[in-house]
Amino acid sequence: MQLSELWFVLVAVLFVGFLFLEGFDFGIGMSTKFLAKNEQEKQMLIKSIGPFWDANEVWLITAGGAMFAAFPHWYATLFSGYYLPFVVLLLALIVRGVSFEFREKVQSKLWVSVWDWSIFIGSILPPFLLGVMFSSLIKGLPIDEEMNMYAGFTDIINPYTLVGGLAFVLLSYLHGLMFASLKITGSLREKSKQMALKIYFVTGLVVVIFVILTGVYTQAFVEKGWILYPLYGLTVILYLALYPLLRNKKEGFSFTVTGLIMVLVTSSFFIALFPNVLISSTDLANNLTVYNASSGQYSLKIMTFVAATMIPIVLGYTIWSYYIFRKRVSHKELLED
Amino acid sequence: MEEVILARIQFASTTLFHFIFVPLSIGLVFIIAIMQTMYVIKKNDIYLKMTKFWSIFFLINFAVGVVTGIIQEFQFGMNWSSYSRFVGDVFGAPLAVEALAAFFLESTFIGLWIFGWNKLPKKLHLACIWLVSIGTIMSAFWILAANSFMHNPVGYTIQNGRAEMTDFLAVLTNPKLWVAFPHTIFGSFATGAFFIAGVSAWYLIKKKDIEIFKRSIAISLVIGMVAGLGLAFSGHAQATYLMHAQPMKMAAAEGLWEDSGDPAAWTLFANIDTENQKSTHRIEIPYLLSYLAYSEFSGKVEGMNTLQEKMVEKHGEGIYVPPVKTTFWSFRIMAGTGGILILLSAVGLFLLWRKKLVSSIPYLKWLIPAIFLPFIGNSFGWIMSEIGRQPWVVYGLMKTMDAVSPNVSAGQILFSLIAFSVIYACLAIVMVYLFIRVIKQGPHAKPKEDVSASDPFDLGGVQHAAK
Repeated sequence: MQLSELWFVLVAVLFVGFLFLEGFDFGIGMSTKFLAKNEQEKQMLIKSIGPFWDANEVWLITAGGAMFAAFPHWYATLFSGYYLPFVVLLLALIVRGVSFEFREKVQSKLWVSVWDWSIFIGSILPPFLLGVMFSSLIKGLPIDEEMNMYAGFTDIINPYTLVGGLAFVLLSYLHGLMFASLKITGSLREKSKQMALKIYFVTGLVVVIFVILTGVYTQAFVEKGWILYPLYGLTVILYLALYPLLRNKKEGFSFTVTGLIMVLVTSSFFIALFPNVLISSTDLANNLTVYNASSGQYSLKIMTFVAATMIPIVLGYTIWSYYIFRKRVSHKELLED
Repeated sequence: MEEVILARIQFASTTLFHFIFVPLSIGLVFIIAIMQTMYVIKKNDIYLKMTKFWSIFFLINFAVGVVTGIIQEFQFGMNWSSYSRFVGDVFGAPLAVEALAAFFLESTFIGLWIFGWNKLPKKLHLACIWLVSIGTIMSAFWILAANSFMHNPVGYTIQNGRAEMTDFLAVLTNPKLWVAFPHTIFGSFATGAFFIAGVSAWYLIKKKDIEIFKRSIAISLVIGMVAGLGLAFSGHAQATYLMHAQPMKMAAAEGLWEDSGDPAAWTLFANIDTENQKSTHRIEIPYLLSYLAYSEFSGKVEGMNTLQEKMVEKHGEGIYVPPVKTTFWSFRIMAGTGGILILLSAVGLFLLWRKKLVSSIPYLKWLIPAIFLPFIGNSFGWIMSEIGRQPWVVYGLMKTMDAVSPNVSAGQILFSLIAFSVIYACLAIVMVYLFIRVIKQGPHAKPKEDVSASDPFDLGGVQHAAK
């Protein structure tokens, strides 16, 4: 395996990790509007991700940094070509990030409601935009021979990418509900499972439609069918298994399953892309690949060394922090800190 | 051309805005960690109260610092894709390491610190805040490692039409980094220290919670003094370094068109006439420029006209003189604020030693507006540094005008510029409102109430939230 291939895997792992972890934070953010019925429930939901969401977001920042360092052309083409969606994504992440800190600072209904809406919008837009982005990546985008992307509105927003965005929103919401049922005690725990059962079928349907559309709009199955068929097959089996798990109140298993589904679906994009990192819809000769978009060997070697040293440490204290806050969030605990 | 100007305005405004919060975070968390350490050692609850009170400001500030930082990481690719392609091989690495080594550390341990008061043993909890502090300082190190490459490119070779890294150690031992890093950290400590000193002074004038605030002000004045002196020494090191690394910036910072005499005099003020390339009405201090440049009282300094000729010889036709007035005045504003800070700390420490600090109302009154001085110094320091580098984006290698994204239109940049400005303005208003509110509530405010039980028609809240 070449170093540039290894770094493609690492960037993919960072995005997958981001959607696995921040996915449930986004889902919790959506729950504050879709599920919570009163202030107390909102506070419990927010508290359940309080110690984690900031570090979870760093996975995205690191993914961006790793892309910049290991694949400067991928980073440059994608971020400049996707200009407006990234502006919207940034605005959403900005308002969401400050809301958790600001919302309980002033006891006024209007104040709280402003930050509630910020949390909600900041939690529903990012998974949508990322879903749109991933699907348009494997569909192909107009990239010229200078590696510059000139994407029009319909290149980014079209029926296929909209379904992709919707799939990520629903999967995040489901994943967030599972996290809530795992981390919260009392009536909210029960309600989040009820809600999960309510959206179970529609979410499954959207994901299936998305997979079918992937066959229609992209070349993914033509080239990578041998791995994508079993991958989506496994996703469907897991999704079917989720239903009895939900009914039988197996919260830990349910959360693991929604997490795995998130991992599989996100991975499928990177599997479909490889060895390309960006597919040109104008001329396949203009594709950016892990080989022509990467940094030099020396740079990749240094980065590999740093990553191999740092990642175990980061994973170590991340797991430790989840262990420290393993207790369920209860109503009583809200008033403790 | 329009794209370059808009992209520069955007980079300057988002970065300067971000850098209001960063130094305050770095400074505050360091001082808070000291306070909590004193609590753990002395077991005196007053230090616990101090820790908790100042951390309210820190956490609000940290949140804004984090979200404004996300833009920083993305906008290189968005607005400056040609730059990103050219330097990504070298420049990307420190950014990636910053995320891996610093962002994960600070964001994980800040969560553990905020929510861990009742869950972690005291010493372990204390270790968490120190790790956050170390994380913020490491973050500064890695971002400055990247920035230093723009000023003094090292450890690379030009290959495949871009700068490719050949020596990571050279990037990390870049002399520019080792003068800029301490300077930035001392600036940050000064920012945190004068914030705490100024707010404490307000309480001391009002004679409220004297026990808490006389301790806070003492700690912050000591750190303010150390930071002030550190700023002066590291600033001098920067100037000496600039003399051979970026002589054009130094000449512009002095408004020096023709070569100076030997020994060179330092210009305190002058009227810069960029059209006729003259600086008139100079008020000069003899010998000082030679000292600033070479740490001795002799040696002449080359002027912009000489340097321009040399640059043309080396890099071809073009204008290599940066905006002189901005560089000249930014330098003076920065150095001036630093001087006032040292003076204020010295007077404060003297009063503290004579046990007159709490009763010296006129002095305490000066400390309140002094809260803003480090922010002004930080901003103008960066303006001098980055404007003085123009027309280069990477000194001697790539010009700013060649660095923008060719596929992004002026309209798109204008749209994002307006969007970010509006959201930043809102954040600024909310932050100032929250800070004033926390100051008015004081250290004894009830930490949390059940919001659902509060009056929905609370007039004050509605008015402020409507802003």
